[in-house]
Amino acid sequence: MAIPVKSLKAQQHQFADPAYQLDVLRHAGVGENEFPAFAKRLQEHGLYPLRPIGASILQVNVGKMCNQTCRHCHVDAGPDRKEIMTRETMQLCLDALAQSPQLTTVDLTGGAPEMNPDFRWFVERLSGMGRQVIVRCNLTIILANKKYHDLPLFFKKHGMQVVSSLPYFSASRTDAQRGDGVFEKSIKALQMLNEAGYGQAGSGLMLDLVYNPSGAFLPASQKSLEAEFKKRLLNGYGIVFNQLFCITNLPVSRYLDYLVESGNYSSYMEKLVNAFNPTAAANVMCRSTISVGWDGYLYDCDFNQMLELKVQPGTPQHIRDFNLVQLDGRSIMLNQHCYGCTAGAGSSCGGETTA
Amino acid sequence: MDNTYYNPADLKKFGSISELQPEMGRKFFDYYGEVFKEGALTEREKALIALAVSHAVQCPYCIDAYTSDCLEKGADENQMMEAVHVAAAIKGGAALVHGVQMMNKIKELTM
Repeated sequence: MAIPVKSLKAQQHQFADPAYQLDVLRHAGVGENEFPAFAKRLQEHGLYPLRPIGASILQVNVGKMCNQTCRHCHVDAGPDRKEIMTRETMQLCLDALAQSPQLTTVDLTGGAPEMNPDFRWFVERLSGMGRQVIVRCNLTIILANKKYHDLPLFFKKHGMQVVSSLPYFSASRTDAQRGDGVFEKSIKALQMLNEAGYGQAGSGLMLDLVYNPSGAFLPASQKSLEAEFKKRLLNGYGIVFNQLFCITNLPVSRYLDYLVESGNYSSYMEKLVNAFNPTAAANVMCRSTISVGWDGYLYDCDFNQMLELKVQPGTPQHIRDFNLVQLDGRSIMLNQHCYGCTAGAGSSCGGETTA
Repeated sequence: MDNTYYNPADLKKFGSISELQPEMGRKFFDYYGEVFKEGALTEREKALIALAVSHAVQCPYCIDAYTSDCLEKGADENQMMEAVHVAAAIKGGAALVHGVQMMNKIKELTM
C-alpha cells in the first residue's frame, strides 16, 4: 500500500476529525460482539477511576510538522502540518518545570521536534535546569537538510537521550510503514549517532530504538526482539544501541484509517481487548506523565492529545495554569483506544510496562 | 460459509473441542501451551516451524494462525517464505525419495 504524501488533514479526510475517530472507536463491535468499555474493564480490576501515581515526566509535543508521513502516525504529522509550539509556550513549559522539581524528565516529541525553529533554544534551557531530556528523533531528519547534520553533536552536548523509530531491521518492512528510502537514511543516521558516541558502551549517551508493528498485529516480546535487532544491526551495519522499546500501535488517526481501510479494524480491536492485562493496566504511562500540546493545552498522553481529550475538566487545562498538585489529583480520561496500552506485555513510550 | 468445510470463525472455537472430552482437551491445550514456550528454541523459531508444518499438513486454520503468530513474534516475510520452502522441499523430497523404491522395483521386474 503506497504511503500518501499528504496528511489526513490536508486531504480533508474524515479521520482527521477526532470526533469522528471517537465515534468509530465507540462503535467497534456490534451486538453480542460489542467490546466492553475500557473504563468498565478497569473497574473490574479496581483501577477505576484511573489516578496518577505522581507525574515525573512532562511530555511536550512541540509541533506536528514532520519530514515524513508515516502510515501509522497517530499525530497525522507531515510536511504540510503547520501547528508549531511558539517560544512563548515553551517559556510557559519552563516556568511550569521550575515550580515542579518532581518532573525530572522532559520528553520532546512531534512531528519531528527538531523542525521547530525554537527546538535548540528550548533544549538549551531544559538542559540548564538539569532535567533529563529525551528527544523522539525520526532519524531521517538528521539527513534531511544540512542544518540538521550536526544534531548528533547537539544531542550529545546536552546529554539527551535519543529514542528513534526503526520498525524493522530490513528495508521492506521499514519503508512500508515510514516511506521509500527511510530505512537506508535511518541506517546512515544511526551510524552518525554511533560516531558521536551514542549507544556505545561506557559513553553514557543513550540511544534507544522503537519497534512498532508494520501492520495489524501486536508486537513481539521486547527481550527477544531486542536480541534479534542487536544481532542484525551489528552484523549488517555495525550499529549499536542500548534498548529496544516495543510499542503497540493504537487505533488513532492514520493507524485507525489504515485498520478500517484494510478491513482489519474489528479483528485488531478484538486482539487488543482479548489481550487486556491488568498488570499492564496498573502500569500505564499516563499515571506518571503529563502531555502538553503544541498550543499549550494539557492531556493525559499524546494519544489523548490527538483525540483532543483534554485532562479532566476542573483541573488546569493549559500550561499557563499548571499546578502539579491539582493535576496529580485528576482522573485520567479514558476511551476504547486505551486498550492499546494494556494489551499483552503493555505498551508505553518506554516500551513494555510489565517487564 | 455454510457450503464450505472450513469456516474462518471456527478457528476461534478451537477451545470448544474440550466440551465433549474435557480431560483430554485440557491435557492437549496444556501440552500445546508448553510446547510453544521459549526453551532451547525461541518462540519465533517455534512459530516458523509451526508455519512450515501448517503448510505441510495443509491446514488453513494453522496457516492463518501461524502467519499472524510469526508476524507477532517478529519474523519477517523472507524468513516466513523460507520456512514454507523448507516444508515444500521436505514434501517434494518425500515424494522423490520414493523414486528409489520405484527404481528398485523396476530393477526387480525388468531384464
